Amino acid sequence: MSTKETEIQIGNVKNRDWGKFLRSNGGVLALIVIVLFNIAFTPNFLQMQTLFVNISQVATIAIVAMGMTLVIATGGIDLSVGAIMALAGALAPLIFSSEFGQAYPTLGIIAAIALPLAAAVFCGLFNGLLIANLKVQPIIATLIFFISGRGIAQVLTNGNLQTFSNPSFSYLGTGKILGLPFQGWLALAIAIALYFVVTRTTFGRYILAIGGNERAAELAGGPVKRVKIGVYMICGVLSGLAGLIVVAINSASDAARNGNLMELDAIAAAVVGGALLQGGRAPIFGAILGAVIIQLVKYTLLANGIEDEVALIAKAVIILAAVYIQQARKE
Amino acid sequence: MTQLLSMSGINKAFAGISALSDASLEIEPGEVHALIGQNGAGKSTLIKILTGVYRRDNGVVHFNGLDSTISSPREAQEARIATIYQELNLVPLRSVTENVMMGYEPKFFGVFIDWQSAHKRTEEILARFGIDIDVRAPLGSYSTAIQQLVAIARAVSLNARLVIMDEPTSSLDTSEVEVLFGVVKGLKEAGVSVLYVSHFLDELFEICDRVTTMRDGKTVDCRNIAGTSKLELIAGMLGRDVGEIEQSGMTEFNGGAKGLEKGEILITAEGVSTGPRLNDFDMTLHRGEIIGLGGLLGAGRTEVARAIFGVDRLVKGRLDVKGGTGNLDTPAAAITSGVGFLTEDRKAEGIIPDMSVRENLTLALLPKLKKFGQIDRAREKELVDHFIKALGIKTSDMEQPIRELSGGNQQKVLLARWLAINPDVLILDEPTRGVDVGAKREIQSIIREAVENGVGVILISSEFEEIVEGADRIIVLNEGRIVSELENPGITEEVLVRALAQTSEQTA
Amino acid sequence: MLDTNAFDLRKYISRNPQSFAVWIALALLILFGLIRYENFGGAYNITSFLNYNSMFIIISVGMCFVIMTGGIDLSVGSVAAFTSVVAAYLSPYGIEVALPGAVLAGVCFGAINAFSVVILRIPPFIATLATMLGAKGGALVISGAQTISVDWGSNFTKMGMEKALNILPWSIVVVGFVVIVLWVVLEKTTLGRTVLAIGGGEDASVLMGLKVNRATAFVYLLSGGCAGLAGVILASGFGAGQPLEGIGWELSAIASVVVGGTLLTGGFGSVTATVVGALLLGLVFNILNFENGKGTISFSAYWQMVIRGGFLFAVILFQAKVNAGRSVGKTQS
Repeated sequence: MSTKETEIQIGNVKNRDWGKFLRSNGGVLALIVIVLFNIAFTPNFLQMQTLFVNISQVATIAIVAMGMTLVIATGGIDLSVGAIMALAGALAPLIFSSEFGQAYPTLGIIAAIALPLAAAVFCGLFNGLLIANLKVQPIIATLIFFISGRGIAQVLTNGNLQTFSNPSFSYLGTGKILGLPFQGWLALAIAIALYFVVTRTTFGRYILAIGGNERAAELAGGPVKRVKIGVYMICGVLSGLAGLIVVAINSASDAARNGNLMELDAIAAAVVGGALLQGGRAPIFGAILGAVIIQLVKYTLLANGIEDEVALIAKAVIILAAVYIQQARKE
Repeated sequence: MTQLLSMSGINKAFAGISALSDASLEIEPGEVHALIGQNGAGKSTLIKILTGVYRRDNGVVHFNGLDSTISSPREAQEARIATIYQELNLVPLRSVTENVMMGYEPKFFGVFIDWQSAHKRTEEILARFGIDIDVRAPLGSYSTAIQQLVAIARAVSLNARLVIMDEPTSSLDTSEVEVLFGVVKGLKEAGVSVLYVSHFLDELFEICDRVTTMRDGKTVDCRNIAGTSKLELIAGMLGRDVGEIEQSGMTEFNGGAKGLEKGEILITAEGVSTGPRLNDFDMTLHRGEIIGLGGLLGAGRTEVARAIFGVDRLVKGRLDVKGGTGNLDTPAAAITSGVGFLTEDRKAEGIIPDMSVRENLTLALLPKLKKFGQIDRAREKELVDHFIKALGIKTSDMEQPIRELSGGNQQKVLLARWLAINPDVLILDEPTRGVDVGAKREIQSIIREAVENGVGVILISSEFEEIVEGADRIIVLNEGRIVSELENPGITEEVLVRALAQTSEQTA
Repeated sequence: MLDTNAFDLRKYISRNPQSFAVWIALALLILFGLIRYENFGGAYNITSFLNYNSMFIIISVGMCFVIMTGGIDLSVGSVAAFTSVVAAYLSPYGIEVALPGAVLAGVCFGAINAFSVVILRIPPFIATLATMLGAKGGALVISGAQTISVDWGSNFTKMGMEKALNILPWSIVVVGFVVIVLWVVLEKTTLGRTVLAIGGGEDASVLMGLKVNRATAFVYLLSGGCAGLAGVILASGFGAGQPLEGIGWELSAIASVVVGGTLLTGGFGSVTATVVGALLLGLVFNILNFENGKGTISFSAYWQMVIRGGFLFAVILFQAKVNAGRSVGKTQS
């Protein structure tokens, strides 16, 4: 199609284009606006308690959003994250409350964390195999667990709310290190690890290459199938972890509510953080920024007496706006 | 005589890169008009501007005596221009009838589709092409040839004044081509004009009245086909005088003539077939040798590359790479055995646009750059630095996204991607397509240097001087089969052009 | 070609193996139910089965049109919840007002989807996920998060509670009528064929000169309208607008559509097979209920989602195989 191309160098042109500026810094700007608004209008916003509440809430969104970011970076999507949370969250109390778990508390706790995570990894593997090997579209492949994952969790628990008192397990959601919630540190550690993976490892490089141009990545010898399966497994295990944290926070597991609509929050956080739905970008810390924004919007509306329902509508608008803006960036 | 169509001064650029500059085209009523040119000459772009798929940047289009305002395929159809695009514009999942009648179905009360008569009409239309098939079956259940004829049938049935056929015969056999020619002649007798785009030059002499030649986005020639020779047409497409073709020294290559001793055998192919587009292919590639693959579009050149690189599975035959029975069933395996493949379509299969020059350059090398699962960044930078300097890649720095580079520099980065793996075999598919003259020469000298260092190269190029002067041997392909082998020294462009001309005569 | 008018069963099966399998499965399940359970064929079971499943049939058919274009509509459940509240508020004016009013509300949500997908070019699942949130929030806002009782004095509850001519429930009669109209649209109009062509190849459809944007917008409006109708039936059948209902309905609808043999990638599908798919899934749960009643098994309601997911998985495997077979056939020809 193209004929002779003349030498053109477009790079490094200073652009004063406001639209572009907004696109690349919109997330940070939005955060500043929200924080300023809260300082001005929300009572008691500048207190440690507010910070704690928000960190413990934001951690789960951020953890899932980071997994989602990797999946989106390959040009895929994972709708099953919320269901996997419910499944992992339902398994844990079943294990440490079992006879085995009562008899050997330490082993019980280890199993109660390891087995649900293994189940979550398996769900990711299942998604990945369908997508990489059978070439099923990601949205449809992950729809299977989106539908049935929560159902499995409810079948396992008979739909009951499982309450428990198990301080060592609850540390996941209520523990504090240096006065800040444990899961906040956990999210930070995961972010650093994933950032390292994305920027420093061949696996990370292939993730971005596949999202950028899958055909070219394959012809350059990239292990496209393995990498795709890998990202869905990572997304699965992070969702499982988030599910455990939610259960630990509440000291109760409710399969019907755990992770409900999390796929939306995670996609929204990833996109607000700068991920492109077409793939090719994996802004890990952007995902955290996105999660913080989503959480703060929720908090702001709640703290100012606006109904939960309106918050849903606000979230819908944020998602549409973010995707639309990111879309325009590509064209 | 008034023109049915006249396009003049047409310019079109994509993302700042010019695809058409001052292109023009004139077609008379009831004329069969040929449009020829190499790949990338701008034929398809010109057609898509005419049919409203693309918008022209400027220029004038008159159709049927009126200033044309066609801005969508729909409007083109309403203006009675019917088009068969090169990429089949059909829906394989839907029935044959739907594909022929879509948008023009016979109806009851102007609302409800009358399938009875739709099927019947379709059968009648197809009967003119000698096709008797179940029109209710999905189109995709039939062969590509039948699909092609269905596409033509749809276009013809639209009662058009101008029918555009872009490579209509590329998947038809001889008898089907005859049927098509019959239809074209019928259209002409009925006063319908046909714009006929084809790489098969012999066809043009059989059915066309005039021929327009395009090159590099420009219209360079328009003449009556009677009294023109095939050699003249090819020369026109290449931009040479017939006499000039015999001269040499137009590229940086001067190999071929050197006649050195052959090194160790790198690739042996025996009776390799991967499907209808590559059959019974034999070849031996030695170290330090360039084998050129000659042929026109669709001759099977790229298929050879894909077979060696493990993209297409072998149906028959043996393919040994470096002595091992080359079970190269993935590109990754091919790369591990030291084969590199610079693909023809840089955008779709080569660059990863948003990644940096550094990341693009080391993509094939990643497995070797791995140290404890990490990328050895110091070595990566060192390598990239080396190649940027060695190949003269013009980039602000190695972190610049590759999409911001010019075509020539993108191509150099991709070439460096393969040189970096220290290859034994390099397959180069149109290595200088779409790059400017200066970069072209630089790329050619990079290739020459690699060969001097013992790399075996398989070179595919539509720029004939490149393979004529570059290759030690040229294997000429036609319709997936080897038709002749030329040995350097002694190959001139004229020899190659004649070999090609001969092959198309044999098969047409 | 003398026999082209005759219905050729073998050809039908070879072209639609899955639709055929679904018909057989439905027949077998009905037979099984009739033999095994005393009340299975009774008027009460049939009436309640049809009443309940009419909602799923109509949203499945709407979904079917969207999926045939290669899109997806995840908002149908929330939209049905929203419109059930609208219908409840309008019920004092009678079904003549409440029905069109609620359907119109559904179409409005469909219009938002159509705008996002066609004009803003946002991927359908994101666009409709956002609408799902919006409709859910909207339903809670206009209802104050309460179920809204309908006006029992008007003729509104007829729709979900009474039978036409004492034979069939009004709900299934209305839904059946709409389904027939939509069947005609799909099979007999250019619009319907365009919907299928878009899913088979959007670029090719544009090059063929089809009105692609119009048809794409149409399917989202239609799906919204169908969800609106489902909302009316919901409010009428339960005597209240239910802002919290509709969770997971989109999944039931998608499952019905794919079980009926419509390709998730679009381009191939049928209204009748979708209806059969919806009936089949409904029947599976009906039979499970009977089994539970007999005490042979104790399946909780939670199995529903697991089974739906299992169905979806089976169908995806099946379709992946068919597709692989198709592409192989292409390279060989």
